[in-house]
Amino acid sequence: MITSFLLKSFDRTIVIAVAIILGLALIVPALNLLTAPDHPLHVPTYLVSLFGKYLTYALLALALDLVWGFCGILSLGHAAFFALGGYAMGMYLMRQIGARGSYGNPLLPDFMVFLNWKELPWFWYGFDMFWFAALMVVLVPGLLAFVFGWFAFRSRVNGVYLSIITQAMTFALLLAFFRNDMGFGGNNGLTDFKDILGFNIQAQGTRAALFAASAVALALSLILTSGMVRSKYGKILVGVRDAESRTRFLGYRVEHFKLFAFTVSAMMAGVAGALYVPQVGIINPGEFEPGNSIEVVIWTAVGGRGTLIGPIIGAILVNGGKSIFTAAFPEFWLFALGGLFVLVTLFLPKGIVGTVQAWRAKRKEYRKAAEDEAARGQAVAEPVAAE
Amino acid sequence: MMNEKKPTSLLYLDGVSVSFDGFKALNSLSFVIEPGELRAIIGPNGAGKTTMMDIITGKTRPDSGEVFFKGDIDLTRRDEAEIAQLGIGRKFQKPTVFESHTVWDNLELALNRKRGVFATLFYRMTLEDNARIEEILSTVRLSNRRNDFAASLSHGQKQWLEIGMLLAQEPELLLVDEPVAGMTDAETAETAILLKEIAKTRSVVVVEHDMGFIRDLGVKVTCLAEGSVLAEGSIDFVSADQKVIENYLGR
Ligand SMILES: Nc1ncnc2c1ncn2[C@@H]1O[C@H](COP(=O)(O)OP(=O)(O)O)[C@@H](O)[C@H]1O
Ligand SMILES: [Mg+2]
Repeated sequence: MITSFLLKSFDRTIVIAVAIILGLALIVPALNLLTAPDHPLHVPTYLVSLFGKYLTYALLALALDLVWGFCGILSLGHAAFFALGGYAMGMYLMRQIGARGSYGNPLLPDFMVFLNWKELPWFWYGFDMFWFAALMVVLVPGLLAFVFGWFAFRSRVNGVYLSIITQAMTFALLLAFFRNDMGFGGNNGLTDFKDILGFNIQAQGTRAALFAASAVALALSLILTSGMVRSKYGKILVGVRDAESRTRFLGYRVEHFKLFAFTVSAMMAGVAGALYVPQVGIINPGEFEPGNSIEVVIWTAVGGRGTLIGPIIGAILVNGGKSIFTAAFPEFWLFALGGLFVLVTLFLPKGIVGTVQAWRAKRKEYRKAAEDEAARGQAVAEPVAAE
Repeated sequence: MMNEKKPTSLLYLDGVSVSFDGFKALNSLSFVIEPGELRAIIGPNGAGKTTMMDIITGKTRPDSGEVFFKGDIDLTRRDEAEIAQLGIGRKFQKPTVFESHTVWDNLELALNRKRGVFATLFYRMTLEDNARIEEILSTVRLSNRRNDFAASLSHGQKQWLEIGMLLAQEPELLLVDEPVAGMTDAETAETAILLKEIAKTRSVVVVEHDMGFIRDLGVKVTCLAEGSVLAEGSIDFVSADQKVIENYLGR
């Protein structure tokens, strides 16, 4: 059962993409750790972390593609699931600091001591254990998505209304996490991390390992989503996207199909956030900013929605562009991003990968037609030659 | 009198009314479909024919009245997916197929198999399913288009594909809304043959405007107007009815 599911997930493009991503998981850390800093192929540690961050964004875009590209659910709140995963990891990292904080309190993180709190809030229990934090990384976003989706999909909220309430969701979380008394560090968020699983979080080796972990998570998620969308379940998702009422009248419980995709997608976004936080060293409420979720939509659209590979490429390209662009003209980045979105919508509505795929399909069709033509030409020509 | 028929009938509507913003789309509509029956429903635009199908398939809830399937299954309490699983298939007025799937995949999705999330996630095509799809492909004359995207089909072919999907669903009752609208004469004649063929193994309710097509079917006709039944009987009987001529044929 599982094997046939996995076998189905591999088509040529996916195999190549997974191979490339896993290749990167080996090569980039190797070039960082095994070459001297003056070696021409050396990848400096700050770049390893920067690329690692891109990979977590790619995973977030892939998660969005599952619901938006294949099921037509335009979530404008996916950054919230990412941020929740990030906070879960951040809480673990805070508790790893232990007595090494500025106030030297062995149990309470600095911001709690600063707020004069005497004991650890109940929802911080367990986060000193990695396995527990890792579980929360997927459970918390998954549960939120499940509850949110349960109500939204059952009451058949669709289209822009759904998009608007997902924005409202992330905005509400933004406001909540800004509050000091929520117990998540207020607007400063969680930072000053020391180590992860006992390894110094700043160390070169840890950075390389985090990069590799991000790449592996991306590759595994790509296999999982590919398996999902190529199964009968995935075909039904596309059916829901294209003709929801037809799917219903065929007897499928559309809300269950949406809910499953939405929850899995939120969990993937949570994993992305959890890998993001140790690589950037901070998580704060700004990650819930509604604009962040909209950026994810732009990456996905640029790369090509409904293609799985496209959003990965889109996230890496746009964020690479952002890093370069903001270094040169920081104040113009938002205009550039908006302009890019308009251009893509107008001239590449299928995104980069979607356009390439359409172009290849057309060429194949054309070539087949030409072959048919040639075969027919020969059949006609032969009797003439015999005369 | 209606009540006596309830236990034996396949579909039973009694006194069904529904209004939209004060406008009565259905006004105490009653009729009965027997197992194995092929029934034609005619009536002017806005008579409530599509609304009647919405009520039967759970898309719209009636304000009052009873709708029973197979005697005692109350359809007014169930939603679309449940009603479809009970064995009622529906063809929309505007052909509705999955455009970005192939003809084959459209039929695969329609096939009457387990419809849960996990069942579909781990579904594998069996020889039996394969044979069934082949059979339907030839019934709806689309065998040579199996690998083409539904989007590339002609209007008439899409109508047939949708009928094929309904067959795959193996319903006991098939509701077909204006199947020959926009078809050529040849396609219309073929469709009449196809529906008669289908009706051999299940009940079919066809809504249609095309009187020639209704004559081809040669079955009992119900004429609706303003949300209730105007006349019921053979096509000759109904088309000779004074009220039908005034309300529908004469216009
Ligand atoms: N969802 C709806 N909201 C408002 N009015 C509706 C709705 N559905 C149908 N109607 C109205 O009910 C009447 C019957 O429509 P319909 O059942 O589509 O007629 P028919 O299929 O016989 O042409 C029409 O006047 C239509 O405008
Ligand atoms: Mg109608």
